[in-house]
Amino acid sequence: MIDFIHNQNAVSTEEEEMYKENILDHNKNPRNAGRLEVATFRHRELNTSCGDIMEMYVLMDDAGNLQDICFDGKGCAISIAAASLLTEQVKSMSVEAIRKMGKDDMIRLLGINVGATRITCALLALKTLQKGLEMNSEKL
Amino acid sequence: MKISIETIRKDFPMFAKTASKPFVYLDSASSSQTPRQVLESMNAFYSECRANVNRGMYKASEDATERYEAARAKVAAFIGANIEEIIFTRGTTESLNLLAYSLGGHLVEGDEVVISAMEHHANLVPWQQIAKHRGFTLKFIPMKPDMTLDMDAAVALITPATKIVSVMYASNVLGTVNPIKELAALAHAQRAIFIVDAAQVAGHREINVQDLGCDFLAFSGHKMYGPTGIGVLYGKKEYLEKMDPFLFGGDMIVEVSREESVWNEVPYKFEAGTPNIAGAIGLGAAIDYVQGIGLENIREHEEELTAYAVQTLSAISGLTLYGPPAGHDHVGVVSFNIEGIHPHDLSTLFDRKGVCVRGGHHCAMPLMRDLGINGSIRASFGLTAMREDIDTLVSVIEKAKKVFSL
Repeated sequence: MIDFIHNQNAVSTEEEEMYKENILDHNKNPRNAGRLEVATFRHRELNTSCGDIMEMYVLMDDAGNLQDICFDGKGCAISIAAASLLTEQVKSMSVEAIRKMGKDDMIRLLGINVGATRITCALLALKTLQKGLEMNSEKL
Repeated sequence: MKISIETIRKDFPMFAKTASKPFVYLDSASSSQTPRQVLESMNAFYSECRANVNRGMYKASEDATERYEAARAKVAAFIGANIEEIIFTRGTTESLNLLAYSLGGHLVEGDEVVISAMEHHANLVPWQQIAKHRGFTLKFIPMKPDMTLDMDAAVALITPATKIVSVMYASNVLGTVNPIKELAALAHAQRAIFIVDAAQVAGHREINVQDLGCDFLAFSGHKMYGPTGIGVLYGKKEYLEKMDPFLFGGDMIVEVSREESVWNEVPYKFEAGTPNIAGAIGLGAAIDYVQGIGLENIREHEEELTAYAVQTLSAISGLTLYGPPAGHDHVGVVSFNIEGIHPHDLSTLFDRKGVCVRGGHHCAMPLMRDLGINGSIRASFGLTAMREDIDTLVSVIEKAKKVFSL
């Protein structure tokens, strides 16, 4: 039996490892959460492993760069933090540069290696954004 | 419980392998652990009589066939059926697909199939899809707010138009045990066929298909200490004889020409191709194993754990339990959410402490929607679970609340 009686107040480094201040902060106070009144397109994806939803609202400028972005999502701390961090990152980026982003970029943004069981959570925001760009390429 | 779980765990290699670190396995509802007796029976097939079944002309094949058919006989006795009423499939899902194709495939517009609002996708999606194809209507017996089936609604839904009623014996999310005998009576009063998805019950308590009154029953080996890839479909012989096969090929025929085929007799008609021989033999060994311990003992053990889990989890503030009322028949499954922590994050924190639970929709998305949630955490208890496992579960929840500053 775990001696939880004497460890009630200690948060071990294992939990801290996964749920660093960074992630907890972005989960509790997500940046760019909400919807854009005016958007070039919006796109929605599901996390197949759990049914969480992510919707991206994107506004492009005339030069082909991402001008503004918002996300509306219901999900775990990893997916919300990833969306918050991603949407901060991609503002002013070109479509080309966003298309090239991948798993390593998301892991770097999150600051921890999420592991195989949570990778779909970590990638949901990026997948939604990239799929949205792909499916709305004529509007860009 | 007459036998100690510590002793029982010695039969399970996973507990020896993980002895140096915590292995708190609370996901039996998804898949159970497998004892060495089952593994040995499968190895014995592979090393002593490795050959195909189906009346080969040499000893190894005869031996293999004998062991395979002996397993079939064990399954029949296990659920109170006749041997020719036992079909080996890959699992509950395949068994239910077989029925959806073979029975549902003859339904027409105007016919109705009734299932429940709490079904696993395996007993929903096949009917849903065949209904689109054939034009019949799929109806759902709703749940009451207390998370039991609304039997008044069931009475209203099961009408002369109902051709099939197919219901889960127990919910893999809520643990609610459904009133199978009552539902059988309602179905048969309308001359409808009655199907039971017993995936969460086989190996957890006695099952007798004559007593239950079902026409068909499905369950999986891997959820009752058997290997993966093997399951059972029980069907009344009079129906099996009239039904079309689901899968076609070798072994399920007696004669084939270019234009026509003549089907083999029941149950072989429904076993196309080389079966999961080792799996069936393993399932037979799993049946021996649980009967050796005693199904009443297993049921008592799980009921004690479930009651303890409900008691301790209810005491945690911010925790919502999803399940039937106290005193209602309840298999060893408890689902819950903690306010402010997503099930995925909670399962990861559990994993860090060696606690194996499931977080998500549990293959019951319409049920999740009815409950107003996206997912939940589920802890489930099989033979290998102990009270201490639940204590660990609770301590990790308390820790998680701290991590998320709740």
